Amino acid sequence: MELVCPAGSLPALKAAVDNGADAVYIGFKDDTNARHFAGLNFNDRKAKSALEYVRANNVKLFVAINTYPQPHSWSRWQAAVDQAADLQADALIIADLGVLDYARERYPGLNLHLSVQGSATNIEALAFYKNNFGIKRAVLPRVLSLAQVKQVAASSPVDLEVFGFGSLCIMAEGRCHLSSYVTPESPNTCGACSPASAVRWSETDKGRESRLNNVLIDRFREGENAGYPTLCKGRFQVEGQTYHALEEPTSLNTLQLIPQLDDIGIKAIKIEGRQRSPAYVEQVVRVWREALDSYKKIGSNFVTRGEWLDALANVSEGSQTTLGAYSRPWQ
Amino acid sequence: MKLSLGPVLYYWPQRQVADFYDQAVSSSVDIIYLGEAVCSKRQELRTPDWLELAAELSEAGKAVVLSTLSLIEARSELSLLRKICDNSGCLIEANDMAAVNILAEKKLPFVTGSSINIYNAYSLKRLYSSGCQRWVMPVELNRTTLKNILIDAEKLGFADKIETEVFSYGRLPLAYSARCFTARAKNLPKDDCQLRCLEYPDGIPLDTQENQSLFTINGIQTQSGYIYNLRDEYSTMAEIGVDVMRISPTSTDTFEVIEQFNQVIQEGGGASQMIASDIKNDEFCNGYWYGRPGMETT
Repeated sequence: MELVCPAGSLPALKAAVDNGADAVYIGFKDDTNARHFAGLNFNDRKAKSALEYVRANNVKLFVAINTYPQPHSWSRWQAAVDQAADLQADALIIADLGVLDYARERYPGLNLHLSVQGSATNIEALAFYKNNFGIKRAVLPRVLSLAQVKQVAASSPVDLEVFGFGSLCIMAEGRCHLSSYVTPESPNTCGACSPASAVRWSETDKGRESRLNNVLIDRFREGENAGYPTLCKGRFQVEGQTYHALEEPTSLNTLQLIPQLDDIGIKAIKIEGRQRSPAYVEQVVRVWREALDSYKKIGSNFVTRGEWLDALANVSEGSQTTLGAYSRPWQ
Repeated sequence: MKLSLGPVLYYWPQRQVADFYDQAVSSSVDIIYLGEAVCSKRQELRTPDWLELAAELSEAGKAVVLSTLSLIEARSELSLLRKICDNSGCLIEANDMAAVNILAEKKLPFVTGSSINIYNAYSLKRLYSSGCQRWVMPVELNRTTLKNILIDAEKLGFADKIETEVFSYGRLPLAYSARCFTARAKNLPKDDCQLRCLEYPDGIPLDTQENQSLFTINGIQTQSGYIYNLRDEYSTMAEIGVDVMRISPTSTDTFEVIEQFNQVIQEGGGASQMIASDIKNDEFCNGYWYGRPGMETT
């Protein structure tokens, strides 16, 4: 299985390449990609340096253009496709039907991957993108159980990539509007969820409070680990109970599923985290490289090592990890 | 301007569904969307029951559309979808690209629901070429974007061949998950949910720790806490080129709401001044339409 790793900056890209990535995915410095954060991503010059570095190391470069353009900004997405084609990226990761159409028509030779933001969870949806745009690969949303991934993989018309590690979206990607309901930005329109510009922390007599656009997301007692106020990971009241009504602050980690994922024919594992530091990328890529190499060597005798799990827990949200939707009881 | 009644997004007992559509027949809506769009475990009515209901409503003069699931994960859900697309004889609302693909291959026309991502006219054109004859705008888009999409559609030469529908009243469908949040609230595993959604005809309110209404839990779907209400936007919608205003059912006052909307439409928007006061209700929001966070009121 190919190890597809995130890079939000040139140092992160080098960390990914140096630690064993098979492919690195990046975004341009605007809202055309789903990690549109200040100080992140690649301008034209940096993208060219990125390409040189991956080529010199025989690693692939994917470019994510995976948000949804609106009429006033359409030309920016068009320009991003042109730029990625000009760069001769190994694949473009796209979600929007119009952008897919443009890329397909204008650059028939380009490899197109359907982004997780395209939200295709079944073979009929995958077939639509294959038949209409000739996509070569799709990234599956993090909503399927392992048994369901297996069913999809068994008759998928395209290669499949799944998430292996990183922040956990619990909603079907590309179809979640929680962020824009509360703040001015959303993943689909701006490439941002629960944006930092809307976050406010305050110390009150009830504890430390985190807010998004003034809406209370969580309240922490002294000594409690106060995580980033992602909307779906706050503590809310439902029928008189206060709890993480949607999800706890936790990260996805599927290291233990490597043999099963390989067995069912998954072609690539994606590591989430273009917004994370080069140190995170280095740590996570190193562990996954070791794990995949170990599996390649010993096959069914593969076991996850304690040191790997410790290293991954260190960089996880709330220092917790989960199998997420892959595991039926989580659902 | 036509009025539509969206599919019931909650899980109601069979009797309640029957009563609801008895009333719908004599209401002012032109179009009725039927069927289960949220969870495949909800089977108080099965496909043959929905088809029978569809036939009755159609005979009574309503334009009927059969809605389909928004999130399709299991093989059984895909089989059910294929069956509905094969046999219904009705116009179908596709809420997942799976339905789009099946219907496009059969060269059958369809409507796309708000969970199909159409953010620009190029995407809309792609779906139009595949058989889409009406689209429901994604809920997070605003009036300016909609206006510009329709202007672009005109430039691309298909604007007059496709209808535009706007989700105009009800709790907004905001997200879909593998996880069932109703089961989670009841400390039950999803596989043994005991169909507890039946106890909540309008979903379960989710509030902040300051008692501010935030979301509504509806099984695997998360909805807005406030009710989106665009009744007073009728004139703007008519001007932009919206063809259908959708009212999404709630268990309490759907038919009063329909009549209010109908009154506004009949009086060409003039009535909105008269009844504008009650729209300031705390439980309403309209932010998305104005390009603001959805939960805000402008």
